[in-house]
Amino acid sequence: MTSLLTRLRPSGRSLVIAGPYLWLLLFFFVPFLLVLKISFADQQMGIPPYTALIDIKDGVVNFTFYLTHYAFLMQDSLYFAAYLNSIKIAAISTFFCLIIGYPTAYYIARSSPATRNLLMMGVMLPFWTSFLIRVYAWIGILKNNGLLNSALMSMGLIHTPFELYHTNIAVYIGMVYSYLPFLIMPLYAHLVKMDMALLEAAYDLGAKPWKAFVKITLPLSKNGIIAGCLLVFIPAVGEYVIPELLGGANTLMIGRVMWDEFFSNTDWPMASAVTCAMVLLLLVPMVLFQHFQNKQMDETR
Amino acid sequence: MSEPLKDPGNLKVPQQDVAGLQAEPDDRAGHFVQVIDVVKKFGDTVAVHNVDLTVRKGELFALLGSSGCGKSTLLRMLAGFESVTSGRILIDGEDLATLPPYRRPVNMMFQSYALFPHMTVEGNIAFGLKQESCPKAEIRERVANALELVQMTRFAKRKPHQLSGGQQQRVALARSLVKRPKLLLLDEPMSALDKQIRQRTQIELVNILDQVGVTCIMVTHDQEEAMTMADRIAVMSEGRIVQIGSPHQVYEFPNCRFSAEFIGSTNLFDGKTVEDEPDCVYIESPDLPKRLFISHGITGPLGMDVSVSIRPERVSVTRKQPDQEVNWAQGVVTNVAYMGSYSLYHVQLPSGKTMVANVSSLALSEMGAPEIGETVSVSWQSTSAVVLTQ
Repeated sequence: MTSLLTRLRPSGRSLVIAGPYLWLLLFFFVPFLLVLKISFADQQMGIPPYTALIDIKDGVVNFTFYLTHYAFLMQDSLYFAAYLNSIKIAAISTFFCLIIGYPTAYYIARSSPATRNLLMMGVMLPFWTSFLIRVYAWIGILKNNGLLNSALMSMGLIHTPFELYHTNIAVYIGMVYSYLPFLIMPLYAHLVKMDMALLEAAYDLGAKPWKAFVKITLPLSKNGIIAGCLLVFIPAVGEYVIPELLGGANTLMIGRVMWDEFFSNTDWPMASAVTCAMVLLLLVPMVLFQHFQNKQMDETR
Repeated sequence: MSEPLKDPGNLKVPQQDVAGLQAEPDDRAGHFVQVIDVVKKFGDTVAVHNVDLTVRKGELFALLGSSGCGKSTLLRMLAGFESVTSGRILIDGEDLATLPPYRRPVNMMFQSYALFPHMTVEGNIAFGLKQESCPKAEIRERVANALELVQMTRFAKRKPHQLSGGQQQRVALARSLVKRPKLLLLDEPMSALDKQIRQRTQIELVNILDQVGVTCIMVTHDQEEAMTMADRIAVMSEGRIVQIGSPHQVYEFPNCRFSAEFIGSTNLFDGKTVEDEPDCVYIESPDLPKRLFISHGITGPLGMDVSVSIRPERVSVTRKQPDQEVNWAQGVVTNVAYMGSYSLYHVQLPSGKTMVANVSSLALSEMGAPEIGETVSVSWQSTSAVVLTQ
């Protein structure tokens, strides 16, 4: 009798695990199901602005699933172009984050412990200011009569201002600026715990410093590179604020398309379909990320 | 609790020979590795003080000392990881000063082994050869030979983390030998191994090194390890070499208090010389009621301060008072540590000083083991004590 009771009572372990699961269920899975539901409905005037999937009329249960939005997604090249462009912008931003972030993380990881903490503080310091405000600040720097152009012009380096604001270049600058810490942090964590004796062993065996870096440091930080790149790439694909504030009218990204469908056209079902397709699109890199994380955990075990 | 690991042999070795530098001055093999007046400073602290030493070709030379004595710094200077503040290091006549680590004919087996975790055993061993841009076929052959040498052929495709500590050590050894270095450096080779497999591994390692015939300098803080493995030992303390000699010389004829206390355990008595003859000396110590008589001469004025070292295994414990005028004392047993083949007797002398004696189980069963609190006599031969003048 008591054994049955103890078996039914949840153990402390499952209670702890239940917390995050419950969170994900309530705030991720249920909302996603709602979005999925709306994506199969049709637009209508009223509150809510979409049709119900199931209704009962004259004792008959009617299931009405509209696949028109998904079909439209396939037909209209705008969506495809927006997805492609989002991926392109995210990929290029990730690449530049890596080019800047790897040497930064490497330098920090090789500094003395005291400087290391100071430098990592510096990397994280921007998070103390709101993301939105930091992106607004870039407008002040990049616009035609902004800080950058006035500085260059007052120095006499240029005579007409650089057209940066409302261009793709501004979007890249904003993206790289905003997401750089997400690449530096996991990479730093990998580089800092690397055993320096491994590098000495490589030198000892005749490897020149550059060769030792390519053959030892780089492969050993591979998982850090992958984790950092995915942490930049995934949110960058769905980014809305940066292209909206810094990009021009022709900066086509899926986040903006969704926004327009939702707020300008009040087409909730179409916006939902765009969202669902984007989640599917992001699922691939996220699954990859998970895979590499698991693999890495296996290795350290 | 160390016993002399090599046969004590002839005790009449004159002390002047202990320096171990008696090799022929112009013999290249005798001066294969030369460390000449090397100093290393880190800021204001001097890690290595004017070290001079030579290592013969094919010799296994051990740098022995406690942590922070500068032995690792010396090793790292040989490998090229630390620069030399002043002085010179020559290997086979070639000055290493300007050579970066990747150009030195020196390979090192690291304390942590430093095996590349992302490469297989094979890949680890081939790494050094690939840097030389060896032809592929030669790499394959030399890696196979190295694997065979350390009996790891079966594990060629494994990753380091799939190997035991002993196996990792053998891979590290193969990796450092495969380039056929002129000098092999071993940094605390046994410290990452369990105590049980250490002794067997020490002998295996020496056999492999003999087979290859490589000149080798090892660093260790474990005197038993140094005595088991090395041909010669340099005892280091506070950045200086205090004594160089064969394990037997260093153990039986320590030249200073540090050597005597660091290598094995010993009973030390401070005293003054009271009678000095060419081949023997009498010493009086406030800790001993009787005089010490030592059958080797010393250099120094009469009445000088000296220390006398008497190894525990050279002290006999008896119930009966010995019928000699010198070299004995009476005391009370304060502690007995049973070690199996022998027991350690702590005998407190009237002066309060405790003398440790290492009594064999055979001797104990013959006399009936003295118990704690019993009064016994401790005595030793005139050839068993060594006078230390510094």
